[in-house]
Amino acid sequence: MEINKDLIAASSTPIVLAILAEEDSYGYAILKRVRELSGGRMEWTDGMLYPVLHRLERLGHVEPRWEVAESGRRRKYYRITSRGRAQLAEERRQWEAVDATLRGIWQALFLPVPAGHPASAAPLSQGA
Amino acid sequence: MTAASLEEQIDQWRSYLRHRQAIHAVDVVELEDHLREQIAGLVDTGLAPDEAFLVAVKRMGDFDSLSREFAREHSDRLWKQLVASPSDTGEPPATARTDALVAFGLAAAAGVAVKAPALFGIDLDEDAGFYARNLSLFVLPLLAVYFAWKRRLDPGALRWPAVAFLAAAVFANAYPFAPDGSTLALTALHLPIAFWLAVGIAYAGARWREAGGRMDFIRFTGEFFIYYVLIALGGGVLTAFMLLMLSTIGIDAQSFIASWWLPCGAVGAVVVASWLVEAKQSVIENMAPVLTRLFSPLFAAVLITFLGTMLWTGRGVNIERDLLIGFDLLLVVVLALLLYSVSARDPGSPPGAFDVVQVVLVVSALLVDVVALWAIAARITEFGFSPNRVAALGLNVILLVNLAWSAFLYLRFLRGRGSFTDIERWQTDYLPIYAVWAAMVVIVFPPLFGYI
Repeated sequence: MEINKDLIAASSTPIVLAILAEEDSYGYAILKRVRELSGGRMEWTDGMLYPVLHRLERLGHVEPRWEVAESGRRRKYYRITSRGRAQLAEERRQWEAVDATLRGIWQALFLPVPAGHPASAAPLSQGA
Repeated sequence: MTAASLEEQIDQWRSYLRHRQAIHAVDVVELEDHLREQIAGLVDTGLAPDEAFLVAVKRMGDFDSLSREFAREHSDRLWKQLVASPSDTGEPPATARTDALVAFGLAAAAGVAVKAPALFGIDLDEDAGFYARNLSLFVLPLLAVYFAWKRRLDPGALRWPAVAFLAAAVFANAYPFAPDGSTLALTALHLPIAFWLAVGIAYAGARWREAGGRMDFIRFTGEFFIYYVLIALGGGVLTAFMLLMLSTIGIDAQSFIASWWLPCGAVGAVVVASWLVEAKQSVIENMAPVLTRLFSPLFAAVLITFLGTMLWTGRGVNIERDLLIGFDLLLVVVLALLLYSVSARDPGSPPGAFDVVQVVLVVSALLVDVVALWAIAARITEFGFSPNRVAALGLNVILLVNLAWSAFLYLRFLRGRGSFTDIERWQTDYLPIYAVWAAMVVIVFPPLFGYI
């Protein structure tokens, strides 16, 4: 299933912030986590994650720090800031509103609801 | 595929990425870490390293869209920053800092030099002639020192510029000029021109004998002029605010500005502007050729309109006494337009529309000048040979010869019979002529005309 570009762009901020809210992380690990969570259906072009991270950094939502990885390479870790947490809460409220609205209309249309709980596991469910 | 060739491929990928303006070195480090993790992950799942590399690169996204995304987030990076930061000049930070320190030190020294004569009672207000004659002596030797230091020239290479500076200092001060005389004004005007070439010898160092070295000096001169004008404009604004604010608290700073601020700033800015051009030459696009592109067609249009109107109405050029100087200036501007379009042109590329514009510009300037010269020649005996008029006439002839031969070479190039390098070589070989003429005006004119 291809998720359209606008949706990917719109959801990238809450997804990245939420992953960073779990623990500090770096680019490759963040993408791996996205793939895990979405069952491989959120296909980001790897390079595009970095401009997103840099935007969040500029807005003060995340904080970078350089560390030396076990491989000896320099690696840029990101940590969510309190401002980032506030932003995440805000994004979550908005997404839940969108989600609730859509769920309402799906039910009204009597569309066959895919297996699993639509709110929590929507990305994991099979493609429409 | 061996590990070594994987490294080579990553090196190549990195160097491609490095060339994208919107992606900085730290981002490349970050992306490279990602790429290597990805390759390692893919190799673990059983892919061969070269396959893993291809997949990882593909997943990273193509350079164009990657660079576009970075540019969208970091749009400031598409504007090259004027502030001299060591990372963009590619020099080690210490070198760039020393360079700046030396430049500002020499600028301060120039400021001190211009005020030093005041210690011996030579005041700017009372002895303006002294300052007019020696203005270039206060700063241009320091500029030559700066370049000699920067290029690590051995002192022997500076022999000739040093001799020139010394000789000029003697001539300019030993001649018994009449106060406010025209030979004094001519000396003040021509000495900097002769000196500028001495600076050029220090600038180009050993490359002065090559056309390329002299062409670099021409480029430097154009950029220097633009930077100097910009600094002067900024300085003017600053001065105006200073005067305004001090006047609100009842302090009149005009005499301070006239005797300290302005002279020291004017000479110091020469060194600072040169340093800026040096520090920025590889970072910022040269401005002079851009302005040339803009104004060459406009000047050509104005000149052709002038010629056409003159022919149509049958009016002769109205001879005024100082008309010649105006036409000299016109030729200087046209020459500058020609020079800076030549300096920025790739000699290998074939003739194009802009080259035609250049030829039209030069030829129409020549025609206008010939009309003016012809009108003046008819009445020159009536006006008499004053030093000003001889100097203007001499300059006009020098410029006319240069432009005429340039037009000839350019036409030959347009018709495919000559190479563009001929024009470059002609222009760079011509440089010493200006200096020789300026030196002649400084050395020969005052005695010839009785120091009037």
